[in-house]
Amino acid sequence: MDPQLTTTAELPLPVNAARAVSRPVLGALGTVGRFGMLLLELVRALPEWRVWVPRALEQCEQVGYGSLLIVLLTSAFAGAVASLQAGYQFTGNIPLYVVGAIVSESVILELGPVMTGLLLAGRIGARYAAELGTMRVTEQVDALESLGRNPASHLLLPRVIAGLVMLPALVALADATGILSGWVVAKSSIHITNADYAYGTHRYFRTFDLWYSVIKAEAFGAVVTVIPCFVGYEAKEGAEGVGRATTTAVVAACVVILLLDMLLAKLLL
Amino acid sequence: MIELKNVHKRFGHHVVLDGVDFTVADGETVALLGPSGTGKSVLLKHIIGLLRPDVGDVLVDGESVPGLKRRALTKLRTRIGYAFQTGALFDSMTVYENIRLGITDETCYGDRDFCRARVKECLRLVNLSEDVGRLMPAELSGGMRKRVGIARAIAGRPTYLLYDEPTSGLDPVNADAMDALIERFQKELHVTSVVVSHDVRGSFKIADRIALLHNGRIRAVGTAEEFMAAKDSVVRAFLERDLEVAAEG
Ligand SMILES: Nc1ncnc2c1ncn2[C@@H]1O[C@H](COP(=O)(O)OP(=O)(O)O)[C@@H](O)[C@H]1O
Ligand SMILES: [Mg+2]
Repeated sequence: MDPQLTTTAELPLPVNAARAVSRPVLGALGTVGRFGMLLLELVRALPEWRVWVPRALEQCEQVGYGSLLIVLLTSAFAGAVASLQAGYQFTGNIPLYVVGAIVSESVILELGPVMTGLLLAGRIGARYAAELGTMRVTEQVDALESLGRNPASHLLLPRVIAGLVMLPALVALADATGILSGWVVAKSSIHITNADYAYGTHRYFRTFDLWYSVIKAEAFGAVVTVIPCFVGYEAKEGAEGVGRATTTAVVAACVVILLLDMLLAKLLL
Repeated sequence: MIELKNVHKRFGHHVVLDGVDFTVADGETVALLGPSGTGKSVLLKHIIGLLRPDVGDVLVDGESVPGLKRRALTKLRTRIGYAFQTGALFDSMTVYENIRLGITDETCYGDRDFCRARVKECLRLVNLSEDVGRLMPAELSGGMRKRVGIARAIAGRPTYLLYDEPTSGLDPVNADAMDALIERFQKELHVTSVVVSHDVRGSFKIADRIALLHNGRIRAVGTAEEFMAAKDSVVRAFLERDLEVAAEG
């Protein structure tokens, strides 16, 4: 008889308590371990560039083109709102050019990368988790391995590379769009002159800000691809499991983006 | 030669294989019978290294599969073709690309003309026309999907073929055609095969030996005649139930 199957009621309390604590802890450690293994697999797949480069290009097209419109739209609204609020808060004896500074800095440092990251967590993260989850539960991953092919180089790495390549590009476009829309809105709402807005944008700008935006974009690019790939890859039990994996992947990616956002601000600014 | 020695496998508290000893000699076709959920697929996956035994060993050509390093395992897998139960076709690719991925030799895989010829050949071997290559897996019927899965498994000219329930879910006519296909591969390709099934009649027709998996162990192994003559109650119950089903159907 399996010792685990004895009813827990007969066991002394400390044993029950130890089990209640140890099981989730061990489960979490196992997940962390498998996540580490996945990262290792990704690195080990790098030499197989013949396999992953063409597939990564396909994925780049999906991530880039596919997300372009929604990213531009969102960043345009974010820039506009930042501009309206700045105009509302800083009227009076504060010089108008400050609005230009506030809009551009908040777009470059925060709104551009974070909004793009969260959008892609939904768009790309959900898609990748569902794709890989479906491939897992329909044995396509097993099939790939049975053919002596490496799922890391065929399935995972192309997706992660696409995220790392396309997110900075999307964030750069989002930044530019946000600043431009902020400008247009500021002109009509508080009647700022072009010269003032441009001056404000330059006044507090450091080259590092752009790097910071790119670093964030890379980090978020990794988050919105690696986490969904991992969660999808671990999916179990049919359609329901894929659904669960998709939700988990999106939520986890969003939470990690917000955590990283704070962490990077603390470390780099 | 495939040898499983005292293989144990459990998922959580659920014991699936509980000391399996199982041997397939070169050139032989062995049918692995057992009701659904007894761990037949789990057993097959051990042979190709998709699962590792908790205890025990799996040997293919004398090499211990669980102990193989990545490169050696990849090499071993190119010698084994695995036909999945529902095909497990890559649904983002055409049938042609699916079968082409089965060409496990990298230089051949890069050679367009070779691939075209080989894919055509494999489609012919599973009685499908060349035009099927252009279709997507979603456009195929269940039986065609299984056959494309088999075409992909043989594309790399394996010496071993593992079939996971090749006939289940097929109508009797297609099931017979599938059995004929398996017999043809034995003769034309001289492969060593393991055919997982719960179809007793079909297995008797195609297999040199039959094994029954029951409660995580191989309950009985033998030729069709030995099986029919067996006194073992579990074997009898399994055979009779299937014959009843056949009579009802
Ligand atoms: N990866 C897995 N994780 C957990 N349980 C599994 C896994 N694979 C198979 N099982 C369990 O093992 C048992 C045997 O499965 P399987 O080998 O697919 O049966 P069958 O004989 O029908 O092919 C089932 O109860 C299944 O739930
Ligand atoms: Mg099965």
